[in-house]
Amino acid sequence: MQSSLAFGSEENVLSLMEKRRKVSLIWQVVFLLATSLAILFLVLLLFSIIDSTFGYAALAYEVEPSSLVEGRQHLSEFSRLQLEETARSRLSSGILRRVEYEKPIADRSDKDLTALLEQYVVKPSVLRTWGLWESLTNQDEIEMYLQEQDQAVLTFKNWLTFDFLFADQSANPLYAGIRTALLGSLWIILITFLFAFPIGVGSAIYLQEYAKPNRLSRLLQLNIFNLSAVPSIIYGLLGLAVFVRAMEGLTSGSVFSTTVDTTANGRTILSGGLTLGLLVLPIIIINTQEALKAVPDSLRMSSYCIGATKWQTTWGQVLPVSIDRILTGTILALSRALGETAPLVVIGASTFISVDPSGIFSKFTTLPIQIYQWSARPQGAYRNVAGAAIIALMILLMILNSSAIIIRDRLSKKKRMEA
Amino acid sequence: MNTTNLAENLLTAFPTQSIAEPARTIIRLQDVNIRYGTFHAVKDASMDIYEHKVTAFIGPSGCGKSTVLRSINRMNDLIRGATLEGKVLFNNEDLYSKDVDPVLIRRRIGMVFQKPNPFPKSIYENIAWGARVNGYKGDYDELVETSLRSAALWDEVKDKLKQNALRLSGGQQQRLCIARTIAVQPQVILMDEPASALDPIATSRIEELILELKQAYTIVIVTHNMGQASRVSDYTAFFMVDANRTGYLEEYEQTEQLFLNPVHKKTEEYISGKFG
Repeated sequence: MQSSLAFGSEENVLSLMEKRRKVSLIWQVVFLLATSLAILFLVLLLFSIIDSTFGYAALAYEVEPSSLVEGRQHLSEFSRLQLEETARSRLSSGILRRVEYEKPIADRSDKDLTALLEQYVVKPSVLRTWGLWESLTNQDEIEMYLQEQDQAVLTFKNWLTFDFLFADQSANPLYAGIRTALLGSLWIILITFLFAFPIGVGSAIYLQEYAKPNRLSRLLQLNIFNLSAVPSIIYGLLGLAVFVRAMEGLTSGSVFSTTVDTTANGRTILSGGLTLGLLVLPIIIINTQEALKAVPDSLRMSSYCIGATKWQTTWGQVLPVSIDRILTGTILALSRALGETAPLVVIGASTFISVDPSGIFSKFTTLPIQIYQWSARPQGAYRNVAGAAIIALMILLMILNSSAIIIRDRLSKKKRMEA
Repeated sequence: MNTTNLAENLLTAFPTQSIAEPARTIIRLQDVNIRYGTFHAVKDASMDIYEHKVTAFIGPSGCGKSTVLRSINRMNDLIRGATLEGKVLFNNEDLYSKDVDPVLIRRRIGMVFQKPNPFPKSIYENIAWGARVNGYKGDYDELVETSLRSAALWDEVKDKLKQNALRLSGGQQQRLCIARTIAVQPQVILMDEPASALDPIATSRIEELILELKQAYTIVIVTHNMGQASRVSDYTAFFMVDANRTGYLEEYEQTEQLFLNPVHKKTEEYISGKFG
């Protein structure tokens, strides 16, 4: 019984067991701490975004609502008749003519009239805003501020409204919206997908299914991995040199003489989409290769053994079982492109445009650029607008990512049956 | 259903199918040497494989019997660094000459693997897909039924043809793989230990099936199970491995002859279970 002697006496075994249990417990606590920290930071991030999206705002009116109708502090307290009368009497004649021409005042809704009066008569401006936390906990300071500024009106503002999503840019944070940026982002993603998906999946299929594993293909493989790690701003410089400058005729649409606006000079949706396409191309290739690698070779073998060609095997057997992973990888790559800012800033995306992009040769801005630009403005209220835009961007990203998960689950049902 | 009609159908759809004459040499190996990179896997294998017979390859692990089997439909081409010297003649044509397309060879010489590997599709599609990629123009429903009947699987699956093939039992999956192979009407079926992953009952069903299939096909089967070789095969090739781990053909005879009166001492030792 040499071996049991080597483990020591029963007492030794028990005391060692105690130590082993302790070490194991310590590690468990370490991992738990790591997880808790990660969750804490996520909660903080979420809190700071929500904090800036909701909260009190002190507004100053150029014309007090009470001076329009006696005893009414707020436009929302106006009756229908008062709204119509005020609109007819207080709107400047030019605006009134245009408004009546578009839709007679009598036919307009209360909400519509209120918005008109607010924008052209009352003309509110933001004096100061408070975050959600301050609004709830620091009422005294807000009261004091209001007493100092006697014309200020306090209102609880939700910056992420339906109007916010569909309004265009504005110099007044109260009316600024993300429609232009949202459309720009969607256009860019469309071009990125159309460019990077066929090329990426095509090269992955070639590298994985066709290329012989020689030195050249190993070199290619290594470089694809390196490319996926290149900082995105470098892709911006590449896009600037190639798409914006060298291929300006093509990317501005002038060779097709379909230039949408002459000021774009190649800094168009096409250039932006192609640049981001280059950025995600290595990621899509690698993801697709991983998906193809996961297909067991026995499937290919059995397909060859009934006389299928390489292409028939790839198209009829390999792709159907790997398409879920390929699509998931592509969507995740696209959601990375959706969040990219630096390369688009480098290629010269507009930061302030109020014209919606109308095609691939339009100037554009995207959500992350818009957020960056807003948060750099001196007026505090733009930070609240930026917070609302961040939530919109995050929701868009979440929709993309969860659609990736749904696709994976739907398409891999067959595979789960195997298990 | 009229089976003669179907047979004619198949013949016109696959015009390459030749009418068989018994005990003709269909495959001839001439001094075949196979290497994986620098490793000499099989040396100087020469043998004739006869049409409409079952030929069994037996031998200890690493003797190269599966390697030889895979060289017959050029599946070794898919293994990196595999090279072959010598000649493999199929109907007197060299399978390894430059102008031969391996896809055509694999369409004529089908293969069933050790682990059942049906396509992750419906049972119906498992049969129909191979015919479709080979340009079959006949009635697919009929083809599926005949193939499944030939593989003794029809009665078990006829009510669930749309069901995913991966839900069948291991033995059923293997018979489906055989059905899928015969659906494209090959001349030769190679089987690489087709029953070694199956239980005894499924194994005996596969063995019965092999005996039925040899009416229409030439079958070459690699097996570890000597009882199986003696039950199903007409000819048996015994492969051995030398001190350099290179496999070679020790003895090749009619099965009865080889099992009852082995000429070589190694053969006798192996079949009597002295090593293996």
